[in-house]
Amino acid sequence: MSKDKQTRHVLSILVGNEPGVLSRIVGLFSGRGFNIKSLCVAETTEENVSRITLVTVGDMTILEQIKKQLNKLVNTIKVWDYTGMSFVNRDMALVRVRAKPDNRAEILRMADIFRSRVVDVGTEYYTLEVTGNEEKIAAFLDLLKPIGIKEIARTGTIALAREKQNKETLNGKN
Amino acid sequence: MTKKFNGAQILLKALQDEGVDTIFGYPGGAIIDIYHELVQTDINHILVRHEQGAVHAADGYARASGRTGVCLVTSGPGATNTVTGIATAYTDSIPVVILTGQVPTQMIGNDAFQEVDIVGITRPCTKHNYLVTRIEDLARTIREAFYIAGSGRPGPVLVDLPKDIMKQLAPYRPVGEISLKSYQPTYRPNIKQLQKVVGLIKKAKKPIIVSGGGVILSGASEELTKFVKTVYAPITSTLMGLGGFPTDHELWMGMIGMHGTYRANMSSADCDLLIAVGVRFDDRVTGKTESFASQAKIVHIDIDPTSIRKNVPVAIPVVGDCKTTLSLLNGLLEKEDFKDIRDAREPWVTRINEWKATKKLAYEQKDIIKPQYVIEKFYELTKGQAIITTEVGQNQMWAAQYYHFDRPNSFLTSGGLGSMGFGLPAAIGAQVACPDRVVADIAGDGSIQMNIQELATAVQFRLPIKLIILNNSYLGMVRQWQELFYGKRYACTDMQHAPDFMKLAEAYGAVGLKACHPDEVEGVLKKGLDTNETVIMEFVIEREEGVYPMVPAGAPITEMLLV
Repeated sequence: MSKDKQTRHVLSILVGNEPGVLSRIVGLFSGRGFNIKSLCVAETTEENVSRITLVTVGDMTILEQIKKQLNKLVNTIKVWDYTGMSFVNRDMALVRVRAKPDNRAEILRMADIFRSRVVDVGTEYYTLEVTGNEEKIAAFLDLLKPIGIKEIARTGTIALAREKQNKETLNGKN
Repeated sequence: MTKKFNGAQILLKALQDEGVDTIFGYPGGAIIDIYHELVQTDINHILVRHEQGAVHAADGYARASGRTGVCLVTSGPGATNTVTGIATAYTDSIPVVILTGQVPTQMIGNDAFQEVDIVGITRPCTKHNYLVTRIEDLARTIREAFYIAGSGRPGPVLVDLPKDIMKQLAPYRPVGEISLKSYQPTYRPNIKQLQKVVGLIKKAKKPIIVSGGGVILSGASEELTKFVKTVYAPITSTLMGLGGFPTDHELWMGMIGMHGTYRANMSSADCDLLIAVGVRFDDRVTGKTESFASQAKIVHIDIDPTSIRKNVPVAIPVVGDCKTTLSLLNGLLEKEDFKDIRDAREPWVTRINEWKATKKLAYEQKDIIKPQYVIEKFYELTKGQAIITTEVGQNQMWAAQYYHFDRPNSFLTSGGLGSMGFGLPAAIGAQVACPDRVVADIAGDGSIQMNIQELATAVQFRLPIKLIILNNSYLGMVRQWQELFYGKRYACTDMQHAPDFMKLAEAYGAVGLKACHPDEVEGVLKKGLDTNETVIMEFVIEREEGVYPMVPAGAPITEMLLV
C-alpha cells in the first residue's frame, strides 16, 4: 500500500475495564509495529469503563489499520480519532527546579506567565505543576532548563472532543 | 436449598450446554479435578500424546464439522505446548476453545510448580482469552468463550482455570443468550455498497472472483456457486478456499498464488474487476502487492474490517458475512438483466481457456513414483469425496493442486501459519467428527515426524486414518528453494536418516504399506482404502521433484517458473 504523509493522531478509546486490557492495546501496537507517542489511562464515571488517550503517528493507511485493529479487540467499546475534529487536549508536568535565593523570584514570575503553580517548596527546590498542550509544556521546560531542572514527571496527552462538532465526525467506530 | 456443584462439574455442565460432545486432551495435576468429573459424563475424551496434538485435533474437528473444537490441557508445559496449535487456528480463523489448568489462585505469581502466564503468552494469538478468578464467573466465561470463538470471524479462545476454582462449590444456572456491548460483528453488509458492486459487475469486461477461507467458514458455497453462474465470471480460490466451488465447472481456474495455476495468476493481472470473497490477501496469494491486480478495481467482501485495505487498495469495501452478503447480492442481481452476459464475457473466457490450454498443471510419470501421480490416483479411487489434511511444504501444495476439492470442509491445511505436524492430529479430529468419511493425511517424510506420536492416539481410538507419506528423504520445499534460489546448496535439508515407516507402523499397531515403483501405487492405495484400521502408506518418490508453477517470494504473481 502507498506510503502517505506521516501525521500525528490523538485517539480516544473507551474500553471495558477487564484485567489485561491495557496489555492487549499495547501488545497490538508493539506486535504490529505501530507507534505510541504517549498513552494515558483512567477510569470514567461509568463503572468498569476506562478511557485511553493514545497519541500515535502514521500515514492514513496505518491509521486506518490501527483504528480497525483497536475496534476488533473484544474489550474495545468505541474508538475516536480526534484528528480532523474539534477537541481540547492537555498534558501535565511536575517539574522540580533548583531554587537558589537569587532566582526564586524569576521562577515564580515564569510560573505566573505559564499559569503554573508551586506545589512543593523545599530549602533547595521548588516543584511546579503545569498543564497545557505539548508545545506549551515544552516551552516552559526550555525556559526552566538554564535555572536547573532536577527531575520531571510528565503525563501524556488527554483529550475530549468539543461539544459543538460537525455531526459526521462525531460518529466513532470507523 | 439450591444444589451446589464444584467448579469442575459446573465447567462440564457449561460445556454440555454448548453441545460439546468431544474433548481432545491430556491430563495433569492442575486439571485432575476436571478429569475426575469428566469420566462421569458422556463427553467423549480423546487422549492425545502431546498437547500440540490436542489443539490441532480440536482444530481439525472444527474445520471438518463446522462446530467449535474443544481441548483440555494442564498448566505450565501443558499450556505452552498448545501455543503452536493456537496460533495455527488463529491465523486460519478456526473456532477452538482451549481450556488450560492453572495453579491455585493464591499461588499465581509465585513461580509455582508448572505455573506459566498462559493468558499473557497467548494474548496475541487468541481472538480473546480469560483467567477465571471467581467461581461465580465460570459459567458465563465459558458461554462467552464459545460465543466469541464461533461468531464473527471465528478464532481460538483460551480459558485459564485455576485449580482451587475447580474445587469450590456454587450453584449452576445456564447462562443462555448473551450479547457483548463491545463485541458486535457485522453480518449484514451495507446495501448501498452492494448496489455499487452490481454496477461494477455490469460494466466489467474482464471480471474474476477470488474466493477464500471465509466462504468455507460461513458455509457460503451454494451462494457462491449461484453468484459465479449469474455474473459469469471466472473464479479462482486461495488455498484456504479450496472446496468452496466445484472444480469441474467451466469457469473454475484452479488455485491462485505462489503455486497457483498459470491462468489464475495471469487473469489476476489482466482483469478489470476482482471480487474477493472471504480472503485476506496473504503475501503467498498476491506476490508483489504493487503489481497485484493493478488493472482492476477490487471489491473486497469480508466480515473482518481489518482484512480490508490491509495489504491491497480496495475500491469497494463490503463488511459482512460471506453467506449473507452473497445471498443479498444474488437477490439484487436477479433484478438485473444478464441475458447477454455470456456473449459479453466470451472474449475474456476464451482468453483464459487459451492460457489453460498452453500451460497446464503437468508431470510425467516414468520409472520413479511421482507424488502428483499418487495424489491423482487417490483422488480417482476416493471419487473426490475424502477429507484431506496435509502437513506443510511440497506435500501440501501437491495435495492442493492434484486432489480436486468439490465440497467444502474437506481440505484441512495449515494455510496461514504453515505448521508442520498439523496433518496427523487434524486428521484425528476430522475422523472423530466425520466417522463415515475417508480421512487421509497427505504428508512428507519430514513433517510427519513432527507429531508422529499421535499415531498412538489414532490406533487407540481405532480411527481408520489413511496416512500417505510422500517420502523423498528431503525437507522438500526448502530443498526446492535451495535448488532454485540458493545455488543448489542443500543446507541441512537432506533427511536420509529417517525411521523405517513400516516398522514404525507395526510398533504403533497400525498397518504399514509401501510402494517403491509406479506399478505398485494403485495397489497400495486400494489396499489402504480397504483397511479399516489406521494405515501408513509410504511412497518412495522422485527425490528432487518440485512444485510448479512457482512464483519466487516477493515477485509479481505473473512471473511464474513453469518447469
